[in-house]
Amino acid sequence: MYQPDFTDILLNVDLLARGAWITIALWAIAFAFGLAVGLGLGLVRSSGNRWLSLPAAAYVEVFRNTPVLVQLVWFYYAFPVLTGWQMSGFTAAALGLALNTSAYCAEIYRGGIASIARGQWEAGRALGMGWARLMRRIILPQAVRRMIPAFTNRGIELGKMTAIASVIAVHELMYEARLLSSQTFRPLEVFTVIAVIYFIVIYPGTLLSYRIEARMARRS
Amino acid sequence: MTEAPLLRTEALVKRFGDLTVLDGIDLAVQPGERIAILGSSGSGKSTLLRCLNFMELPTAGRVHFHGAPVGTAGSRGEVRYRERDLADLRRRIGMVFQQFNLFPHMTALENVMEGPRTVLGQPRAAAEAAARAELARVGLADRGDAYPARLSGGQQQRVAIARALAMQPEVLLFDEPTSSLDPELVGEVLRVIRALAEEGRTMLLVTHELGFAYHFATRVLFLHDGRILEDGPPERILKTPREERLQQFLARFTEFGF
Ligand SMILES: Nc1ncnc2c1ncn2[C@@H]1O[C@H](COP(=O)(O)OP(=O)(O)O)[C@@H](O)[C@H]1O
Ligand SMILES: [Mg+2]
Repeated sequence: MYQPDFTDILLNVDLLARGAWITIALWAIAFAFGLAVGLGLGLVRSSGNRWLSLPAAAYVEVFRNTPVLVQLVWFYYAFPVLTGWQMSGFTAAALGLALNTSAYCAEIYRGGIASIARGQWEAGRALGMGWARLMRRIILPQAVRRMIPAFTNRGIELGKMTAIASVIAVHELMYEARLLSSQTFRPLEVFTVIAVIYFIVIYPGTLLSYRIEARMARRS
Repeated sequence: MTEAPLLRTEALVKRFGDLTVLDGIDLAVQPGERIAILGSSGSGKSTLLRCLNFMELPTAGRVHFHGAPVGTAGSRGEVRYRERDLADLRRRIGMVFQQFNLFPHMTALENVMEGPRTVLGQPRAAAEAAARAELARVGLADRGDAYPARLSGGQQQRVAIARALAMQPEVLLFDEPTSSLDPELVGEVLRVIRALAEEGRTMLLVTHELGFAYHFATRVLFLHDGRILEDGPPERILKTPREERLQQFLARFTEFGF
């Protein structure tokens, strides 16, 4: 019978804490960036301008239809060949995850905007509002409320996706775990603890999404 | 010299693909006129109103506002419109919709303030005071803090009227303002519109309330297949219709009357 032993993990708890911190930083940066760039892309796709909308659509489809692992590796290994600029693993991972997230968020924005009734546009236009003001004052405030569940889902997916950054030597949680596991020959203990840490980091996000959804359900 | 019409259409045509919805409309609206527009469903009543404030762009023909043509004519007679100019024009023309279209994320008061605040750039205090006055005018002084979802259909439509009035429009367009209301709520909205009529406002009203049209309007139009078939004072149009189409249209209203 296997005897679990957590001593090595306890001795290296600072390593794991640092890993968790980098995971959270990666998560926060990629999500904030993804939401912001996604908004721009979603607006462009909702604008009805074909010349802007087409490239935006292509961007979205590229990022949604290739593995995120390939995207990170590409920014880390292929991008420098093209530009001569080697970014750090963290930068490459943050960039890849952010762009990937922005593509998904763009679709959430576009869908949310499209879900607002025509009459809202008409009422705004009849008051003499232009497109930008209508979007900011009338359409987005309503649409964003409907998008919140989709955004929280996206955020949770992203939190889990950060583990992929370990393959390009970002010293986040997963990387530290693999390191520790190979040094201590205790994969059971290490990866169990790591799973628990991921859960502790990500579960509050899920709880938050439940609360938001419940509040929205009560409002409508 | 007579005053220039506030709004005038000249050979106005609107097509959606192959469907000709407005087929050469010539209409002059003088200041102070109240025009009721009658016609069967699909005859082009909404489209006519929507061309007057350029929610729809005319396919051909011209709209004149205070005697000046809207848009610039190109060399081959085509007319180009700048969205900026159209937005400016819409500020001066109020519109009230069949479905109210209030902004659900704003209170009644915020709905009424929105145009003056963001489009006209009025300071908050002034816009709020004016909005409260408009809500009082439509009998909803005490419902300013309510969200649209908490208001009855009749109340929502009165807020929508207050929202249009807050822009100080020179002309008001009503597109079947009572058609989606329960019968017992129609009266409160019509009373508000009648009060506006008594102030001498210029209004165009699409309606199926013939009794209201008769008392409200200074002039009645009958639209059929995108053309104005009859145009005259309510007494003559409604009591002694000449066109067979109009007679048939009116007969439908009296068929089950008592
Ligand atoms: N945006 C549009 N696209 C295509 N057809 C339209 C559009 N708006 C109106 N129509 C058509 O134009 C005709 C007249 O519509 P409308 O002006 O709404 O009539 P009314 O208000 O008299 O019932 C109808 O056949 C309608 O289906
Ligand atoms: Mg209609």
